[in-house]
Amino acid sequence: METRILIFLLRATLLASLAATSIGCSSKLVDIDADQKEPVIDARVDRREIKAADIDTEDFELGIFGGFMSVEDFGSNAVYGARLAYHVTEGIFVEASYGRTDTEETSFERLSGGAPLLSDDDRLFQYYDISLGYNLLPGEVFVGSNWASSSDLYFILGVGNTSFAGDEFFTINFGAGYRVLVNDWIAVHLDVRDRVFSTDLLGEKKNVNNIEFNFGLSFFF
Amino acid sequence: MRILSAILLFACFGNPAYANTEFYQAVVADPYIELHTGPGQGYPIFHVVDEGEKIDIIKRRTSWFRVRTARGVKGWVSISQLTRTLDTSGEPTDVNDPGKDDFTTRRWEMGVLAGDFEGANVISTYGAYSFTANISAELSFSQITGDISNGWMVNANIIHVPFPEWRVMPFLTLGTGVIRIEPKATLVQVEDRTDQIGHVGAGIRTYLSQRFVFRAEYKSYVVFTSRDDNEEVDEWKLGFSFFF
Repeated sequence: METRILIFLLRATLLASLAATSIGCSSKLVDIDADQKEPVIDARVDRREIKAADIDTEDFELGIFGGFMSVEDFGSNAVYGARLAYHVTEGIFVEASYGRTDTEETSFERLSGGAPLLSDDDRLFQYYDISLGYNLLPGEVFVGSNWASSSDLYFILGVGNTSFAGDEFFTINFGAGYRVLVNDWIAVHLDVRDRVFSTDLLGEKKNVNNIEFNFGLSFFF
Repeated sequence: MRILSAILLFACFGNPAYANTEFYQAVVADPYIELHTGPGQGYPIFHVVDEGEKIDIIKRRTSWFRVRTARGVKGWVSISQLTRTLDTSGEPTDVNDPGKDDFTTRRWEMGVLAGDFEGANVISTYGAYSFTANISAELSFSQITGDISNGWMVNANIIHVPFPEWRVMPFLTLGTGVIRIEPKATLVQVEDRTDQIGHVGAGIRTYLSQRFVFRAEYKSYVVFTSRDDNEEVDEWKLGFSFFF
């Protein structure tokens, strides 16, 4: 009787252990299957934190310039100023600029030897304007055989204000400029601009043309 | 001193390995992309990058991207060739140009207008914030230059655009501000005046391209003077604005 129970128990343990091993094996088999079927796309890609918005956009251009400006009847003198441009498309840009120059005595004042027309403070000629520019002739320039850079010949037209002789004048400006990029973000400019306004400063009312020539340096950001 | 400047230079521009990982990396998804020598349609194509190759996007200028290939070739690619290009995680790059829809959903706007202020010239700049596609608030500064007097004014106004989905969008405006009139010194001595001002107006805006909007408007001002009569002033202006 006891032996029978013993045999039964032995069989039971044997069966149980067999069952256990078979389960273990099968589970192992499943593991092997999973290892073999590697996903085509690995989901564990290191996601970069950088978004498209992080691409550095350089549509603004800040610059300084200096040159000569001829103020009608008041001589030619050094002019200097600053400009800020926003490039809307590859062709169109908008520019705000400010400049100042000191003017001289008119020929009449010098020759007649009479009382000066303007006080020293009023001789300061200041302007600001907002203009629309168009890169009409884009191109490339070459210096030697190793250096090439992009350039633009642009035309510009705008409105602004001139402060001169103790008065303010609505001013229209137009001109052309040449921009050469030294590298990705530095550019040099050559600009010619006419600033026209109407004044009765010397008696009769007339339109005066004030022609400016300047050289500038600007930075894209 | 030389060593110090060298260290400073290195701190600013040095460590190229670090600089390499800074740029946005992408995988070309089009059959090929073309590298131009400059950021414009006319610049010649000097290099082609095939599908599947990795590129670094260094910077963007208007609709052009300066890219660097794995071999170190640098050039400019137009936005139309990059819209299908993917970033390294397989997501499409978000490089679309702004369009009319972006104008409707804009938040900030800036603009410049010039025109006629009852015979005098006027230049205005303004900034605006949009609460919805229909309602926005504006703050503007105007400089007035005339034959008899000069001046400036500051206005705050509310703009209502009833049909923002139209191609030419009409708008109505209502606002208030301050005007300063400075008569010219050559005339009889008159005192400078600062008065409160109110206005109603109407105008149109139309989306041009990119971030550009054309704007034309008429405003009727009432200057609340300290004299018996209030002055009425008509103003016509044309200009353009950008949105962000």
